[in-house]
Amino acid sequence: MTDDRKFPEIDPAITELEVEPVGKPASLWSDAWKELRTSPMFVVSALLILVFIVMAIAPSLFTSVDPEACNLRHSLELPSAEHWFGYDLQGCDYLARTVYGTRVSISIGVIVTVFAVLIALVLGSLAGYYGGIMDTIIARITDIWFAIPTILGGIVILSLLQRRGLWQVSLVLVLLGWPTMLRLLRSAVLSAKEQDYVDAARALGASDFRIIVRHILPNAIAPVIVYATITVGVVISAEAALSFLGVGLQLPAISWGLMISGAQTRILNSPHLLLFPGAFLSMTVFSFILMGDALRDALDPKLR
Amino acid sequence: MATRANQVIADDLFDSTARLLEVDDVKVEFRLRAGVVKAVDGVSYTLDRGETLAIVGESGSGKTVSAQAIMGIIDSPPGFITNGEARFRGVDLFSLPEAKRRKVRGDKIAMVFQDALTALNPVFSVGWQIGEMFRKHRGTSRADAKELAIELMERVRIPDARRRVNSYPHEFSGGMRQRVMIAMSLALDPDVLIADEPTTALDVTVQAQIMELLAELQQETGMGLILITHDLAVVAEVADRVAVMYAGKIVETGDIGPLYHQPSHPYTLGLMKSLARPDVKIGESLQAIVGSPPDLLHVPSGCSFHPRCPYAKPICVTDDPTLVEVAPGRKSACHFAEEILRGQ
Repeated sequence: MTDDRKFPEIDPAITELEVEPVGKPASLWSDAWKELRTSPMFVVSALLILVFIVMAIAPSLFTSVDPEACNLRHSLELPSAEHWFGYDLQGCDYLARTVYGTRVSISIGVIVTVFAVLIALVLGSLAGYYGGIMDTIIARITDIWFAIPTILGGIVILSLLQRRGLWQVSLVLVLLGWPTMLRLLRSAVLSAKEQDYVDAARALGASDFRIIVRHILPNAIAPVIVYATITVGVVISAEAALSFLGVGLQLPAISWGLMISGAQTRILNSPHLLLFPGAFLSMTVFSFILMGDALRDALDPKLR
Repeated sequence: MATRANQVIADDLFDSTARLLEVDDVKVEFRLRAGVVKAVDGVSYTLDRGETLAIVGESGSGKTVSAQAIMGIIDSPPGFITNGEARFRGVDLFSLPEAKRRKVRGDKIAMVFQDALTALNPVFSVGWQIGEMFRKHRGTSRADAKELAIELMERVRIPDARRRVNSYPHEFSGGMRQRVMIAMSLALDPDVLIADEPTTALDVTVQAQIMELLAELQQETGMGLILITHDLAVVAEVADRVAVMYAGKIVETGDIGPLYHQPSHPYTLGLMKSLARPDVKIGESLQAIVGSPPDLLHVPSGCSFHPRCPYAKPICVTDDPTLVEVAPGRKSACHFAEEILRGQ
């Protein structure tokens, strides 16, 4: 069965042309941004976080009262039209103190997270990329460290310190907080380094440093960003817990944890002492965790 | 200008009168928990300027690993190069220190990967990735690198390059993506291009376009081209010479025409018979090679092809045939190469 039919000649220019969808280039990040802009979860949490950050940077925008101008005559006064949050034991304006307390919480949350992420980036990429003995050492130390409970470890270390300010508390929380982040990044690096484009980059002459920074980390960073956002919230509540237990910040520092701590024996008579810092604390932690969830939904294509 | 200084050193290193690429008795083994796998077991070949060498073999025959050895991208451990030399312009690449080796990669010898979707980084635009070659190896500025990337994209015939330079890999079709990969590997005008199954992930019409493009680019640049493939048909029109690999060894090598028409190794013969060609008569069925490729942990004794070979004799079970010349320009590793060649 021979077939002598001839196909009509096709213009080579037509066969050469592969039709491509035309549109604006879309990277993972711009796709994620498109998704985030329309996500109510992200918009709500971003607005809340923005308010808290502005409050932390410029508390005087939210209250004109000096939180340290106290008058014992007003001690434990309940909220009123002029003083919405009432007064604390020392007769200080509770609204002013709550607003000024934002700075400490946000600062500790951000500082601890930034340093934990930095540690994770360096050690996690070394362990994940080079493997072998380097990985064994780093991963095993991490595992051991991981076993120390944050609050318990925090109580032990902080109770040894004479002065406990923002930096001391941050340092302790970084010390206890980096292992999870490192484990997360290491596993993301492990899977990213198996990709063909890493071999391709190597075959085209890229150095190890360049491969890690340009090809592995950008593809491994998404889960860390999600986790880091949630970590800010978790650290803020950990600081409050430590301060509440009396091993965190010390007076005269203004912190929600200290305020809640001061409220604990007066909850029945002066519930406002617990209510306002507690609500601010919950709202802050909630908005960071909500933001983390929104980011995860946007950055993990499988959940779309 | 540190990069330029390094450039000069790298160029001085090589003897431009020496052969472009000489691979000499290279052995690569993978030391796994299950045992030692000799993925490449004494492979030798040469490549000259403007020449195209096709390395043909089944999955697991060692064709890709031998190329990775030359590029120096074998994961070690578990992979180790245990023997041999790969001389580029007279210099053994295996004994070069890593820093100099890196200068060779991409600059002198470049590689195109099988699946351009996974071989391109999803988080950067294609223009950025092509441009990175210039920024990194030549210290070109960002703006200039982008212009050079557009030029290269036009050279590999990506339509509307100027607009598409900022697109991301997933926004391209398979064929266009492979063109991007080729553009990247050609960025620094390499002397040798290794294409590892460059068309396997593509459909047949696009395969032909990519092969044509590679052949054209080779003509323009005069580079040596190593085409790794399992598909004899793909290389038939572009290759000058063929090396057929089986179980980590080259079993037959020669000029493509004679080798295709008159194989001198039973494995090549089997491959040719299993190929759908226009001269297969109606009603005649294609012949498959019986059995399956050997488990490299347990390579058969003697000639590793003997369990699947229709011509096997007792000697094949005991003696491993060496690669010997059976006709001008043709080598075969078979005890009965001459009989096969004469068609008996």
